[in-house]
Amino acid sequence: MPLLEEEALKLSEVQRLEGHTDRVWGLAWNPATGADGVPAILASCSGDKTVRIWQQRSPSSISFDCKAVLEEKHDRTVRSCGWSPSGKQLATASFDATTAIWEEHGSDFECVSTLEGHENEVKSVSWDASGSLLATCSRDKCVWIWEVLPGNEFDCVSVLTGHTQDVKMVQWHPTVDVLFSCSYDNTIKVWAEDGDTDDWRCVQTLSESNSGHTSTVWALSFNVTGDKMVTCSDDLTIKVWGVDIIRLQSGDINASWCHLCTMPGYHDRTIFSVHWSREGIIATGAADDAIRLFGESEDHSADGPSYKLLLKKEKAHAMDINSVQWSPTGSMLLASASDDGTIKIWKLESMQ
Amino acid sequence: MTLGLINANPIVREKKERITRPDLQFLFSVYTNLLVRSINIVRDIRDPEHPYSLEQLSVLSEESITVDEKLGRILITFTPTIQHCSMATVIGLCLRVKLKDCFPPHFKVDIKVAPGSHADEEAVNKQLNDKERIVAAMENPNLRQLVDECLYSSEL
Repeated sequence: MPLLEEEALKLSEVQRLEGHTDRVWGLAWNPATGADGVPAILASCSGDKTVRIWQQRSPSSISFDCKAVLEEKHDRTVRSCGWSPSGKQLATASFDATTAIWEEHGSDFECVSTLEGHENEVKSVSWDASGSLLATCSRDKCVWIWEVLPGNEFDCVSVLTGHTQDVKMVQWHPTVDVLFSCSYDNTIKVWAEDGDTDDWRCVQTLSESNSGHTSTVWALSFNVTGDKMVTCSDDLTIKVWGVDIIRLQSGDINASWCHLCTMPGYHDRTIFSVHWSREGIIATGAADDAIRLFGESEDHSADGPSYKLLLKKEKAHAMDINSVQWSPTGSMLLASASDDGTIKIWKLESMQ
Repeated sequence: MTLGLINANPIVREKKERITRPDLQFLFSVYTNLLVRSINIVRDIRDPEHPYSLEQLSVLSEESITVDEKLGRILITFTPTIQHCSMATVIGLCLRVKLKDCFPPHFKVDIKVAPGSHADEEAVNKQLNDKERIVAAMENPNLRQLVDECLYSSEL
C-alpha cells in the first residue's frame, strides 16, 4: 500500500490476545504464513515461562486463536523468540540461560534441541537469512553464533566477546551474514566472518563518539533492502544508520555504517522496541504505553533522509510496551506486546 | 556478598510517628493519599545490613517520594548510608517489590540515589531502573531471599 506524505493514518485495534499470566516480552510472526491462503501465525513469549502460538482463524478473517502453549521447558522468563526463515522451527531464549528449539509435530510443538553455554540470562535469539546460522546474546556480555546442522544439531562456531555489559539484542542483516548486537554498554557492534581466517570478529562499534546512543540500546531493525538500520534506546531517541549496500553485499566486511538521523523529543520514557516494515514505516513501542509510527519525510535536506512522526497511539496498552512487530506480508498488521500481559493486533489504514 | 559489614556504625534516629488522619482522608487529593500511603509502606523496610529500618538510618524520609499524579509518575530518591554502598541495588529492589501493588498499573516508578550520595551515582541509577535487569534479579533465588528478609523481618 503506497503511503503518501500528507495522508492521514489511523491505527485500529483489531484484537486483544489474552492468555499469558505475566508480562509479554517478545513476539515473532512466522514468515512462511499470512499469505497465499496460509493463515498467519504469531508466537509470543512471557514472564510466565511459556510461549504461545496464535493462529489466524482463516486467511480472510483477522481473528487469532491460541493454537498451542509451549510450557514445562523453561524454568524462568522467556525473553525472546524467533522463527527460522522456513517457518519450520521456533527458537526461544530464556533467563534460565538456555535457548530451546521447537518444531511442530502434528498439533503439538516439541522441543527438539536445547542450546546451553551462556553463563546467565539469554536475552535474544536471531536466525540468519538462510536459516543456517543462529545467534544468541546474554547478560554474560557475550554473543554466541551457532551453526545449524542436520538432525537438529546446533554447534557453537564462535563466542564473541567485546561488549562490556549485558547484551540486549542480536539481529542478523536481512541479506548478508553480518550480525548486529546492541547493549547496556550503549553501543551497537557489527560482527562478520573474516574471509582469510574464517574467524568471526567485531568489524565496527557504533558508540557515542560516532553519534551513537548515550544509554542502553534496546533494539535494532533493518529496512527491507538492508541499506538502513534503526536503533532505539533508553536515551529516549531513535537513530537511523546507513551503509553502502553494494559494498556490503559484494562481501566487503569493512563496509561501514554511518549515522544518518537522530529523532529526539518524541519519546519521554525508554523505547524498548523498534521495527521497520517492508513498506518503510518505523514502529516504536515504549515505556509510556504508546506506539509511535515514523516515516521518511519529503524534506530533502543536504544532510540526508529525515523522518517524521506519522501517528502516536497513546494508551495503546495499560502498561509498558516491550515489543512491536509488523506482519511480514504487507497486510499492514502490527502486533504489540505489553507488561499488561496482553498482545494487541492493530491494522494500519489511511483515513480516506 | 562481603563478609564484613560495609557500614558498621550507622547513625540511628528515632522512629517518627505514623501519619494517620482518617477523619481528614476524604479531603485529601489523590496525590496526598498516594504519597502518604507509599511513605508509610516503605519507611519500615529493613536495611540489608542492620536491624534498623531505612527511615531510622535516614536512607528514606518523607521528602524521598514525589508523585506526579497527572502523568502517573513516581520518583523515589534514597540516600545510601555511605558513598560506596553496594547495597543500593538491594534497597532499590526492596522499594519496587514493596510498592508493586500500591499504584494503578500505568504508574511508572523511578528510583534514584540522592544526588551526591554515591560514588557511582549514574551507574547505580541506570541499574536501579533497567526493568529487564530488575525482573531477572527478582528471579534469582538468593537475591529474592535477601529482599524478602528486608521486607518481612519484624520491626525492632
